Amino acid sequence: MDQILVDITLILDSTVRLAVPLILASLAGLYSERSGIIDIGLEGKLLAGAFAAAAMSAVTGSAWLGLLAGIGAALVFSGIHGLASINFKGNQTISGVALNFLAAGLTTFLGQSWFRRGGYTPQLSGDQRFNPITLPFAEELRDVPVLGQIYGELISGHNIITYVAFIAVPVTAWVLFRSRFGLRLRAVGENPKAIDTAGISVTRLRYQALIITAVLVGIGGAYLSIAQSAGFNNNMSAGRGYIALAALIFAKWRPGPALLVCLMFGFLDAVQFRIQGQVFPIIGEVPVQAIQALPYILTVVLLAGFIGRAVAPKAIGVPYTKER
Amino acid sequence: MTPLPRWADVVLLPFLNVALAFLIGGLIVLSVGQNPLQAVGIMLYGAFGYGSGFGYTLYYTTDFIFAGLAVSLAYHAGLFNIGPEGQAYVGGLGVILIGLALNGMHWALVFPLMIVCGALFGAAWAFVPGYLQAKRGSHVVITTIMFNFIAVSMMGYIISRILKPEGVNSDESAPLDAITRVPQLRSFIELFKNSPVNLTFFLAIGALFLVYWLIWRTKFGYKVRAVGNNPVAARYAGISTQKTIMVIMALAGAFAAMVAVNNVGGVQGRLILNFVNGAGFVGIAVAFMGKGHPIGVGLSALLFGMLYQGGQELAFQMPGITREMIVTIQALVILFTGAMGDMMRGPLSRMFFQPDAPAGDK
Repeated sequence: MDQILVDITLILDSTVRLAVPLILASLAGLYSERSGIIDIGLEGKLLAGAFAAAAMSAVTGSAWLGLLAGIGAALVFSGIHGLASINFKGNQTISGVALNFLAAGLTTFLGQSWFRRGGYTPQLSGDQRFNPITLPFAEELRDVPVLGQIYGELISGHNIITYVAFIAVPVTAWVLFRSRFGLRLRAVGENPKAIDTAGISVTRLRYQALIITAVLVGIGGAYLSIAQSAGFNNNMSAGRGYIALAALIFAKWRPGPALLVCLMFGFLDAVQFRIQGQVFPIIGEVPVQAIQALPYILTVVLLAGFIGRAVAPKAIGVPYTKER
Repeated sequence: MTPLPRWADVVLLPFLNVALAFLIGGLIVLSVGQNPLQAVGIMLYGAFGYGSGFGYTLYYTTDFIFAGLAVSLAYHAGLFNIGPEGQAYVGGLGVILIGLALNGMHWALVFPLMIVCGALFGAAWAFVPGYLQAKRGSHVVITTIMFNFIAVSMMGYIISRILKPEGVNSDESAPLDAITRVPQLRSFIELFKNSPVNLTFFLAIGALFLVYWLIWRTKFGYKVRAVGNNPVAARYAGISTQKTIMVIMALAGAFAAMVAVNNVGGVQGRLILNFVNGAGFVGIAVAFMGKGHPIGVGLSALLFGMLYQGGQELAFQMPGITREMIVTIQALVILFTGAMGDMMRGPLSRMFFQPDAPAGDK
């Protein structure tokens, strides 16, 4: 019985670890898309953030400076995206795709030029990373049955970014649905004309959203390279930006459901290697590839409207033109 | 804003956008302390300076033409197809299945069948996002991205669990016999020594003409352009937008699948994991740079073929530069020709029309 409990806690623990970058990127995308700007470029920002964080941390020895650099890189990318989609009224999807390639190309290129390790940054250790935090009483409660296990393993013992990610969810929900900024944000994504008529700058509001997006996804990138791993390697975001986007669509652009979907995708990620080669009753052996593809398949099915309907913010993807 | 003269719109503006992309690329190279002009010299030599280098350039060009056409075709109907990568990958399944079924037969028989079979698989893979866009309103951008990932998982499973023969360690299908493979040009032309360029190259050139004819000379092409320019007007004129979207997406997938004929049928002679290797994504840059026109696509594909082959050479000669610099250039080209294509339109049109209308006149 105890063994099962340990197993479950371990799986849930890695679920949390794997879900963190998804949660941060998903919430990031939420701000951008709620403001009416499609964010295909989450993947690129995540990757750029991861690289900048690891590079800065390797050079300065400080994880906090690394985090700042990660956010900075994401801000630059968001800035380009804003320039293309707000100022030049360009195609937001194409801009996002371009940014993803830009990140893939630049991180490897600069990594090789700066560190000469085939795209890897130097190994990070000690203060160069965000290390696990043991919450108070985790040790004392260890002997309490069930609860001690859950508190000690599942809740305590994560790095600070993990806690930030989980706190960001209710904060986002509050900002979006309870604050004045949130009301305007939702309005500008649905009907920018109304916002403009009310005397609020659409451009300013959308840039504000892009800044929040960059901060969150930059933190997510930093998590990948200086919290979860000890350094950057080529293409380490590995499609997580797209999964986060899928989660966002799946959650119908709402923060609470986004958390649940990210946890679900994280869980799929956590169990995929455990179930390899195992035979289940009725369905038999499940190939690991099927689990890997599941988030994408589910998103397609949802988008097709077979399980509920995902309706995007109305003005998404349309550049706002004040007058014709 | 006054419209630009046609030549400026068709030639000058794209040229300036591409030039800007390369300029920024050059600045990035400069910023890490390397000489961009020297890099360009090495790339040009690597791409055109000797026989097998030139052959490789044409091999890459072949891939990029097909991928570029796959993006362009859909874009004429107003759809952004990000899926050529996955469509080509799945097309590879069609190519290898027919190849293995007829293994040992002469290529002259198998080559056309590879084209048909690959095209069918690629078309089927692209049809689904097309169908979902047309009938269910799911955005084709998101679905094609998802389908790229689904293709990776599905093909990974098929290659490693089904096609892999007993006793082979690496994840790949059984090989095709030499006689069944699409012949490489080096067997006719001495010049191309060790390069993989094969008959598929001529197929790519043919495809450029075919697309020109299809889009600008047929009724179907007219429908496609009508749907792309104004779907509401097209529907009013009695054109079925749904049908057009589904057919053009399937066609795009069929063209993307020709990348598989080039690689699976001609170069590898077997189905290996991830053989597309980004060629499908290069198609996005090629299509935007070439403005969806076959002449533009052909030239852009050649430019990217040169960059990819030359970039290989570059990585040997200048250790401070990796081949990924090309991906950066690719990104900048997409950004400036695709997303910010009209950035310079304003200043340009002011430049054109200022001398005619001095400020004092009005």
